[in-house]
Amino acid sequence: MLSLSPPPPAPTPTRRPTLAPLGAEHSPEAALSIHDMTVAYHRKPVLWDVDLDVPPGSLVGIVGPNGAGKSTLIKAVLDLIPRVSGRVLVFGKPYRQQRHRVAYVPQRESVDWDFPVSALEVVAMGLYGRIGWFRPVTRRHREIALHALERVGIADLAQRQISQLSGGQQQRTFLARALVQEADLYLMDEPFAAVDAATEKAIVRLLQDLRAAGRTALVVHHDLQTVAEYFDRVVLLNLRVVASGLTETVFTRENLQKTYGGRLTLMTEAAEALAREAPAP
Amino acid sequence: MLGVVLLLGLLFGTGPGMAAASSTEPNAGGRRWFLQASATITDRSLAWPTAEQWSRVLRLQDYNTRVVVLGTTLLGLAAGVVGSFTLLRKRALMGDALSHAMLPGIGLAFMISVAAGGTGKSLPVLLTGATLSGLLGLGTVLAVRHYTRLKEDTALGIVLSVYFGAGVAVLGVVQRMGEGHSAGLESFIYGKAASLVAADTAVIGLASVLVIGVSALLFKEFRLLCFDASYAATQGWPVVRLDLVMMSLVVVVTVIGLQAVGLVLIIALIIPAAAARFWTGAIGCAGTWIAAGMGAASCAIGAAASALLPNLPSGAMIVLVSTGLFLLSLLWGRERGVILRWQRRRALNRKVRRQHVLRAVYEWSEAAAASQPGTLALTVPSVPLPALLARRSWSARELRRELDRAAKDGLLEWRADHTVALTKSGLTEATRVVRNHRLWEVFLITYADIAPSHVDRDADAIEHVLGTDLVAELESLLARQTALPAVPLSPHTIAGVPASGSNSS
Repeated sequence: MLSLSPPPPAPTPTRRPTLAPLGAEHSPEAALSIHDMTVAYHRKPVLWDVDLDVPPGSLVGIVGPNGAGKSTLIKAVLDLIPRVSGRVLVFGKPYRQQRHRVAYVPQRESVDWDFPVSALEVVAMGLYGRIGWFRPVTRRHREIALHALERVGIADLAQRQISQLSGGQQQRTFLARALVQEADLYLMDEPFAAVDAATEKAIVRLLQDLRAAGRTALVVHHDLQTVAEYFDRVVLLNLRVVASGLTETVFTRENLQKTYGGRLTLMTEAAEALAREAPAP
Repeated sequence: MLGVVLLLGLLFGTGPGMAAASSTEPNAGGRRWFLQASATITDRSLAWPTAEQWSRVLRLQDYNTRVVVLGTTLLGLAAGVVGSFTLLRKRALMGDALSHAMLPGIGLAFMISVAAGGTGKSLPVLLTGATLSGLLGLGTVLAVRHYTRLKEDTALGIVLSVYFGAGVAVLGVVQRMGEGHSAGLESFIYGKAASLVAADTAVIGLASVLVIGVSALLFKEFRLLCFDASYAATQGWPVVRLDLVMMSLVVVVTVIGLQAVGLVLIIALIIPAAAARFWTGAIGCAGTWIAAGMGAASCAIGAAASALLPNLPSGAMIVLVSTGLFLLSLLWGRERGVILRWQRRRALNRKVRRQHVLRAVYEWSEAAAASQPGTLALTVPSVPLPALLARRSWSARELRRELDRAAKDGLLEWRADHTVALTKSGLTEATRVVRNHRLWEVFLITYADIAPSHVDRDADAIEHVLGTDLVAELESLLARQTALPAVPLSPHTIAGVPASGSNSS
């Protein structure tokens, strides 16, 4: 007897809050637009019908509890994980045609930092695509890489083997690698995870620089307290998009409750964050 | 490839080394391993080589020795290069599964060749069989990993043992077929470098050049793939195809190494790559070159040793030599050698202890001076031991030992009444140490949010590794603060300590 697996829980139709139209945001070309994207690992879907439009020049925070699919969202956009369904457009064209306009900053733990390369060589990897097949990294490329390390404030560590960098310095190295790509859309997976205060400041400054230069960044973020401070827009994610839009409109107690559900500890954190935002009446 | 083997066989087939082999072998391209293998089963003698044998081998006087050593050296060179990449891609065991999976292919190729009317001794046929079944084994690993939820190590274990077991069974059947020459097949298991003939060396040479050439061309791509494959994919690099190319290089090295090293031990050819890690950290392709050099050296020495002691399988000798090099690297490696690290650590510990002593003496003197107004600060009073003992959690013995050491280096003097006093150079050093320590403490307090990105040690430890540059930087940073609290400004003019303290007032 062939039994069909029970139908997945119908995702509650999410209404993105209607936003007051802002001139800059009504660009016909979203930096990233995701339509009806569903992603599954093995048998279990981990992202349901994600719809998302990211206007160019915005800093977007992706927020949600552990296992909400935040990293999966980024990886699925980048074709690192197959999508079950859905369409992803980067500046109006499929991602495959737009790779050169997208830079990825993976989670720091995703690589072996004991690898025998220097910080500078890691940053130069961001240029490999431009250098092309077979050709070696030249002095000019190393200069570009060094300049990127300067921008993240660790140019003096360029020759150091990457295992001798602190966590924050490793994160900065990854950011520098994305910077040399000179992309228009940056996808960052937890860049603020376990970094020191100075690195956090450096990353925030970098994000603001990127925005000032008209670039777009999508950042997976875990610290609810800093969301309002760092990001113009926020995506609240828990297997589906609970809400997305301008931070001041969307980052509300109600939406956070929907996103985090009964996770008490996180809710306390959220409540604190909100209390800080708007003093209790 | 097969054509090349035959062609070279014809070209080199008349080399002087071939004469002996050819006399008992009907084929012109006869293989000595078939001939010698039967002898080794009964011959268990292990005579120490005579001086003449030594000199013949070491001076590469025999044509055969030259062929064998050259062939294995080239093999080691290629294996070192490929080994570096497989090690960094964390695919070392994949190579092991691959080589073990080659055994049934060798046996089956022999059977098919015999059934087809051949002698079963054609090396290209055997190696083709080995390659095919090795690849099949590799495919099985990938399939098990992909279609079941078993982890890769389980998949590797299954494939390695199942294929090797099947291979042993096939060889058993082959031997019962009584085709006579089948006994030589076993030399593929443990390796017999002496069986290499000029044609084999030529093939090994060509294959090595190919492998090294491809690695050099794709060096940048391989590095990216090994370090961060998903990032490589986002940049549009064909990760799967690059992986396939890398794996093909492993297959090539395994196949050409099968005769000399044998399929059980071929995985040991990544030992040089592991050893290289102790010599170099970030210096680009240097690690690959070191690995290639060590691989070549261990293969050459191992093959020569096996030539001297003909009953020791060359595979084992090569592994032993490369293990020796590995141990040397482990101990004395310039980058991560155990001894070097131990020395560095010991030096640091000594430095820390020395500075603790100096600081204790200095601070006691300072307190004593403060409690007696009118006395000129730091006129080098002598310090009683109990007072020093109370300043830290050290035992009397530890303290005494450190004081003795400092006295020996001329920083302290023992006085007759069992007290100690700083000498002139001791005072200079103590002032510097205390100064750095206090600067650092102030810095940590003032710039607590910046400091952790610069250091990850507490104030007490960091003073011992502070460079003069950083001290100068701290001073200029702190000059803007109200005052430097209690940073020693020595009334003496001390050689070696610049009067830098004065710029803070």
